[in-house]
Amino acid sequence: MPKYNFQLNGRPVMVESWDPAQPLLYVLRNALSLHGAKFGCGLAQCGACTVLIEGRTQRSCVFPVRQVAGRAVTTLEGLGTPEKPDPVQAAFIAQQAAQCGYCTNGMIMAAKSLLNQTPKPTLDQVKQGLAGNLCRCGTHTRIVQAVMLAAKA
Amino acid sequence: MNNVSRRDLLRRGGAVVVSFALGFPKRAAGQGPNGDLGKSLDPHEVDSFLAVHTDGSVTLYTSHVDVGVGLRIAMRQMAAEELGIPVERIAMVEGDTALTPDHGGTGGSTGIPRGAVDVRQAAATARQAFLKLGAVQLQRPAAELTIVDGQVRPTAGGEGVDIGKLIGDRRFSLKVDPKAPLKDPTTYSLVGKPLLRPDVPAKCTGKHVYVQDFSMPGMLHGRVIRPPAIGAKLLSVDESSIRSIPDVRVVRIENFLGVVAADEWAAVRAARELKATWSEWQGLPGNDGLERFIRDGAVDRHQDLVNRGDPVAALSTAAKQFSSTYEWPLQSHASLGPSCAVADVRADGATVWTSTQGTHGLRANLSKIFAIPEDKLRVIYLDGSGSYGGNGNDDAAADAVLLSKAAGKPVRVQWMRHDEHGWDPKGPAQLLDLRGGIDAEGRIVAWETQMWLPTGTPGNRPILGVDAAGIAQSHGQGAGQITQNGDPPYAASNVRVTVHWIKETPLRISNLRAPGKIANTFAVESFTDELASAAGIDPVAFRLRGLTDPRAIEVIKRAADMIGWQARPSPSAVTAQGNLLTGRGFAYMRYKQAENYVAMAMEVTVDRTSGKINVQRVTCAHDCGLVINPDSLRNQIEGSIVQTLSRALHEEVKFDRSRVTSIDWASYPILTFPEMPAIEVALIDRPTLPPLGAGEASTAPVAAALGNAVFDATGLRLRAVPFTPARVMAGLMRS
Repeated sequence: MPKYNFQLNGRPVMVESWDPAQPLLYVLRNALSLHGAKFGCGLAQCGACTVLIEGRTQRSCVFPVRQVAGRAVTTLEGLGTPEKPDPVQAAFIAQQAAQCGYCTNGMIMAAKSLLNQTPKPTLDQVKQGLAGNLCRCGTHTRIVQAVMLAAKA
Repeated sequence: MNNVSRRDLLRRGGAVVVSFALGFPKRAAGQGPNGDLGKSLDPHEVDSFLAVHTDGSVTLYTSHVDVGVGLRIAMRQMAAEELGIPVERIAMVEGDTALTPDHGGTGGSTGIPRGAVDVRQAAATARQAFLKLGAVQLQRPAAELTIVDGQVRPTAGGEGVDIGKLIGDRRFSLKVDPKAPLKDPTTYSLVGKPLLRPDVPAKCTGKHVYVQDFSMPGMLHGRVIRPPAIGAKLLSVDESSIRSIPDVRVVRIENFLGVVAADEWAAVRAARELKATWSEWQGLPGNDGLERFIRDGAVDRHQDLVNRGDPVAALSTAAKQFSSTYEWPLQSHASLGPSCAVADVRADGATVWTSTQGTHGLRANLSKIFAIPEDKLRVIYLDGSGSYGGNGNDDAAADAVLLSKAAGKPVRVQWMRHDEHGWDPKGPAQLLDLRGGIDAEGRIVAWETQMWLPTGTPGNRPILGVDAAGIAQSHGQGAGQITQNGDPPYAASNVRVTVHWIKETPLRISNLRAPGKIANTFAVESFTDELASAAGIDPVAFRLRGLTDPRAIEVIKRAADMIGWQARPSPSAVTAQGNLLTGRGFAYMRYKQAENYVAMAMEVTVDRTSGKINVQRVTCAHDCGLVINPDSLRNQIEGSIVQTLSRALHEEVKFDRSRVTSIDWASYPILTFPEMPAIEVALIDRPTLPPLGAGEASTAPVAAALGNAVFDATGLRLRAVPFTPARVMAGLMRS
């Protein structure tokens, strides 16, 4: 089986895939047991599967594993832990910006990317920055407040 | 702790020893299917609801699950308050048929008023037991003792004894005492506090275990291939079409077609690429034929829900008479993550991991369908994507059972996006005809609501995969209490509300958040607004003069004050600024005419060149009795408002003659961040009243407040959801 080497949350990993077109999401969730990224649509429409590749958001449900070779991937688990959350995660926890929490991975990863590019966003910039991420519980107000709070930290 | 040691401990000397790290049960892989772990399950017994361990920690057991609504902290607060312990010392087991008593499934906003109230009463009974045990130990009368920080102590001070030492993993062997005194609300130290939910840190760091994340050794991944038309029969399958995909097994049982593979991506690709031939089927009316399908549909029975006075006579003599038709479309639960379940079917029984909202109901249903005795079938809840009622979870559980049985191995089934949008049972379409009359002073003198609803047959909802596999099952269809809130909450002496129960529904239905009541309130509160406008009376004043209940009046005044309501009739006389028309709307309802009081005001702009509605601000005043956790409650109310704005602005299940065609987020769009309004919520706490549920009530007035605001801005009355730009433009062109 073809092998693919890449950086995952700062560490080198090697994975095998019988299909070079296998989306990275399945590799992360199954071979690597990282469950932060979620399957939502498989169509790059909802954002639940978002990861950072070289610091930029990618929809891992449509990102082929062959394209990840030699690149650096960051997942939700790579940011922080319940005991030591990173500032965006901490802001989400402080604002209780998750109900069912299924979209939360995508929200936090999109917020990381937004704040990397725009450290002090306006309210409208936050809304636009998250425009491609869907939340069904209606936690929008909390999520936006959390990103604004993280920007102040 | 693995299953064997847990079972051994449970059986040893009648001791209840179940402890979990971090408050969440560890599901040991390879758990046996045995439904009897020796744990008390009788909902009349204290031991069924709680166990107090030697170290002073407590485990609560409940069939009510937290689907993201905050029950997990609220129930802890209520139990901890009675037990005199910090919430951090409480672990919870939710929805496990082998461990939790069946005191109702999750839904109908019963998590607090039934679920947590039951647990609170068990805790209050346990408190009395602790005081008695402490009295013996400390040689003081129980009346002189209290429980603080997990210790029974003299109220006046002095040495105490830990509750863990008093009972420590032994059974209480006590009936829940319905008269066990509850703590005086004025002394609450935990109830009413905005404590943080215990599951949020793990949800924000990828550590929370959802059913989608659960796996076990030897587990296969399954996918089900649904037919291209709802009633199509499977004619043939060409297994050679997936020969290039490694290690896939095709499972065919009558018209049930699935694949299993050790590798999930192999299962996904196989399901996508497997060539199958299906028969033609065209049994649906299509969206365009829906209204006729409902109006001309065979009626099972007519039912008068409210019948007082003589509305027909009163209407004929009213100074002004009005009639309107309101329509609500079929809508999807549209869970962000598709439904998922894991089943392990063995010769001696089965275990199912699922995020169903009713573990015990699902067990009863699966037990009948698959002829597995209930005591050999264990159903265990794990969190899933928000379900908002009966999404595809129960169907996915049956899919997993069918595939596990066929494969002889544990199987995880996760639906794809097109499965969830296409095949989740839908919230029903609703059609309401309203007639009303006002007198010369603009008071309501007659009101008539006729509603057409699919008949709510008791029994189990038919499960997709089971029907396809040709296995017999009882066919009911229930969408919850969908008739409530069809009458106005305002003074009117001649009122009639009639339901025409129609026999058929084009698509399978189930309960969808606040079943029926959002559409009913949309009709009633929009029509109220029509009457107020016709009478030339301010909409808030019109409502207030029809009410005497001070709790109703208070929420209305609060919501109006918060938005800075200016008293005047609708529509607004203000002219457009550029292309934008501005308006404000109001709605009020008492949930189920018996529970929460909710009033809501909204400010909107309508772009008269595009028909696009922009919701600027929403204010909501909410009275659900005793508030358990104000922050968690606000989160629910904010979510209810945003989700229902999405339903009102965007959502309609599309279908042709054969199948649902809105099968992704492009064809079934939901509200996005740029559309979110500013939301202000006022909570009216009633510490001496019982707590009510709040997962649904604030959804009910949303569509009416929105439609009323659009009318105020434009003079256009929207009577059909969703309020799409095309529909608004068509209306503006007409008027």
